[in-house]
Amino acid sequence: MSTGTARVGFRVMRAGPLALLQDAGRFGVRHLGVTQGGPADLHAWAWANRLTGNDWGTPAVEITLGGLELQAECELTIAVTGADLSAKQDGQPLPLWCSVRIRKGARLTFGIPIAGLRAYLAVSGGFVAEPVLGSAACVVREQLGGFNGRGQRLADRDQLTVLTSTDPADGTPGAEAPELERPDYTAPAILDLLPGAQLADFTGRSLFDAFNAEWHVDDRADRMGVRLRGPSLKCGIASMISEGISLGALQVPPDGQPIALLNDRQTIGGYPRLGNLTPLAASRLAQCQPGQVVRLRPVGAENALGKHRHFINRVMARDQRPLG
Amino acid sequence: MDRLCLPRLEPAGLDGWMVRLFDAIEETNLLWLTALTHDCEAAFGESLVDLVPSYTTLLVIFDPLQISAWQARQRLAKVLARLAPQEGIGAEGELHEIATWYDPSVGPDLARVAELSNLTETAVIDAHTRRDYRVFALGFSPGFAFMGLLDERLNCPRMDTPRQNVPAGSVAIAGQQTAAYPTATPGGWNLIGRTSARLFDRNRDGFSLLKVGDRVRFVAVDRPDFASEGGDTAPVPACRETGR
Repeated sequence: MSTGTARVGFRVMRAGPLALLQDAGRFGVRHLGVTQGGPADLHAWAWANRLTGNDWGTPAVEITLGGLELQAECELTIAVTGADLSAKQDGQPLPLWCSVRIRKGARLTFGIPIAGLRAYLAVSGGFVAEPVLGSAACVVREQLGGFNGRGQRLADRDQLTVLTSTDPADGTPGAEAPELERPDYTAPAILDLLPGAQLADFTGRSLFDAFNAEWHVDDRADRMGVRLRGPSLKCGIASMISEGISLGALQVPPDGQPIALLNDRQTIGGYPRLGNLTPLAASRLAQCQPGQVVRLRPVGAENALGKHRHFINRVMARDQRPLG
Repeated sequence: MDRLCLPRLEPAGLDGWMVRLFDAIEETNLLWLTALTHDCEAAFGESLVDLVPSYTTLLVIFDPLQISAWQARQRLAKVLARLAPQEGIGAEGELHEIATWYDPSVGPDLARVAELSNLTETAVIDAHTRRDYRVFALGFSPGFAFMGLLDERLNCPRMDTPRQNVPAGSVAIAGQQTAAYPTATPGGWNLIGRTSARLFDRNRDGFSLLKVGDRVRFVAVDRPDFASEGGDTAPVPACRETGR
């Protein structure tokens, strides 16, 4: 990415329940008990950066459940992807999944969720924050990252620094994500699960249920994990000696109701796991509203890797950028 | 017995393998886990993302855009075939002395522990400071080190109802383990004292005072010494009983 000038890009007029700065995540420090962080929906976050011409890993704002109101302090090229949070620019509906130019003084508002839970706001050049432990990813629980470095969510009257690019080729307004990249978050989600080591310790009936039952997303859901409600799964192992937990791990505590562990999960834990949701499946689950139905589908390692690499290739392929 | 008859490579998602070396918690596990961590760093190089050692396992996270799970598995199999504890690679572990003020005001569970263990509070403190502990894992919160093993007489269950806010620096025990809380968090361990040590510091090289494999010795200090080292003498707020 080209260099640019750091300046105040937005002023926060109303912060809403939860808006967090997220880069790709905090890596290389998990052995210290520091969690991964990063966007709960990697797919939508990556597309927001792509549409604004940003490099992979550029910080963008993750807006959960709406309620955010921003005022542009300079002319900017932005893109909003992910959940439909009734985003508006000066009272007019803001098109999602494409880059738009907004004028100085423009008001961006995010209202109630229509579809999905989390929207991503990227700005051409990127939001700017001092990295903490190598990352700007905001983890409230750990008091790390974000705009002030202390894990603080966006607050009223915050001023958000952006890097405005000096390269006119960056962030051309009118870049649009292909239709097939825009998920219908209200549709029942099918989540790819890579089988894990304790799979065989579950009863046959539980394995049948795991992959055939409808699972309801519980309202106990946040960036640490999402609880699923359905038939009680029984495992021969009640608990294990604590060990590292990777993204998307589907752990089953003794009550038999699985919990999918997401970006802000604790780094170690001791419940048996059915396996791991793929990163794209974890992204999809992060957009499911409480009560929504999901299904689990076992997937082979090669298939899952192929899908993941294909996604990365699509989002990184600059020459195929569809221009409006 | 040759402990390495056990190692298993277990799938842990698109970008991870769980290397399971042991099935029980023993101090000698650390020799092997430290060597494994070291060898994985060398074997994976740029494609390595994270290594998470714990009591009996090492979780290896790699970049799935650089290598596939199959390629990662081959590398790990090679590492395991040659694995041996080596002198000088953290075999001993760095020794830390953690100055601790043991007092009911900052360790409100001292009395409970004394009662459960059938010891006086002084004997509890003596038993806690008498032995060196090893750091088996970090987790729960940044810099939170799970250490053991405790004198068996001190083994107490966690609190039935965790505290909403355990002050930073609290020294605590639960089951066979002991720990010190780096930051104020909720917590269910028995609080027996407080340290002035900075356990997690974003400006320190390496960030965490304690690392897996390190050795820790708790040293009892009095209130003036604790306070002069910058220790916070504010008492732990009393637990609010849930109305039943």
